[in-house]
Amino acid sequence: MLCVRIIPCLDVSHGRVVKGVKFQGLRDAGDPAELAALYEAQGADELVVLDVSATTEARGTQLDTVRRVRAELSIPLTVGGGVRGVDNAQSLLEAGTDKVSLNTAAVERPELIGEIAQRFGSQCAVVAIDARKAGDGYEVLIRSGKESAGRDAVAWARDVVALGAGELLLTSWDRDGTRSGYDLELVGAVAAAVNVPVIASGGAAGAEHLYQAIAAGAGAVLAASIFHDREYTVGDVKRELRERGVEIRP
Amino acid sequence: MSDVLIVPTGTANLASVKAAFQRLGATHAIAEQAAEIETAERVVMPGVGAFASSIGHLRRRGFAAALTARLAAGRATFAVCVGLQLLFEGSEESPDTRGLGVLPGRITRLPDSVRVPQLGWNRVEPHAGCRLIEPGHAYFANSFKATPPLPDGWAVATADHGGPFIAAFERGSVLACQFHPELSGAWGRALIERWLMKAA
Repeated sequence: MLCVRIIPCLDVSHGRVVKGVKFQGLRDAGDPAELAALYEAQGADELVVLDVSATTEARGTQLDTVRRVRAELSIPLTVGGGVRGVDNAQSLLEAGTDKVSLNTAAVERPELIGEIAQRFGSQCAVVAIDARKAGDGYEVLIRSGKESAGRDAVAWARDVVALGAGELLLTSWDRDGTRSGYDLELVGAVAAAVNVPVIASGGAAGAEHLYQAIAAGAGAVLAASIFHDREYTVGDVKRELRERGVEIRP
Repeated sequence: MSDVLIVPTGTANLASVKAAFQRLGATHAIAEQAAEIETAERVVMPGVGAFASSIGHLRRRGFAAALTARLAAGRATFAVCVGLQLLFEGSEESPDTRGLGVLPGRITRLPDSVRVPQLGWNRVEPHAGCRLIEPGHAYFANSFKATPPLPDGWAVATADHGGPFIAAFERGSVLACQFHPELSGAWGRALIERWLMKAA
């Protein structure tokens, strides 16, 4: 049986890991390659590296960071932030990325999803959806949460899967960095709408929150601050989840 | 001569495979000629991407025949992910494209009863005769699966995602894995190491 994945996330800016609240107020949280090695040793199932400065500052994702992380890492690596085209994705893959995460560029030019899926396989094409509660539903945000895309998050999830996305990285803008738990209604709605794996992100403060997101339908849970702040190791979280009957890689 | 010759399949991402061998202190080279593929001490056939484009790439460069000859002779070969699927006669993914046909049967799509692609760690159970493959968790990234019964002489390991499928198989120093050993942490590293030793 397929295990639920625990995925630490490194938000990287200018080659350093940072962490903010609602995508703002960034503070330094360490060296990406060192943290990558630490999390793998703790039992992380996968690692996500997001270049949080890439889109806003319109520069390419730092290939150098990817190379340094890859050299350390023998688990899958997803990289996102500022990926705008197939060439861009190819450079990331050559540097050692296994999956590429698209966000703003996918909204601006949805064909990019299909181009990447056809060239590298849909398992390589992750679409990151930043969603914010809006009325009865959720709206998609782009440019690191600064702008509304004018799309419904659940409808967009269906669209990107039809275009070739093999996985969704679903972040709740309302919960990001707040430690109030994942947005379970959002996770449930998106997980029910698509048949690809959904990674829940935004708001985790402990194993209980991860458990809730898994129960809501997430195939993987992503967290950053709880690991960066050394409150929990990945191993601690996995132990608690296993005790609660979740299928977890030992 | 390098320890390992990597066969490029066009769109495959080679960086993770290269990094895995580097971490084990094994040198690698990328194949340029069909002749070297046939005779190299150890060959790795990674695979990420589509069945049709991968096999098309191997045929255009004359690598397909060299691989078939090498496998027929039982020379040390390690096929990964789509690399495993290419060994069969064909795939539902591209019905008009022939595979290498080293093994009988066709690749089929994972069922809709589970999330596809399968992305994540799944338990690998080796059956009788496996010497390289040990029980443990491996990282999978696939939408298609192999299920055909294998001819005598091949030892099989299975995993389950909407039903059992072939996770890996081996015969002598020929090893094929549907999962990514290069992304399967310490367990994957140990498997690669056993293959390197076996294929010495």
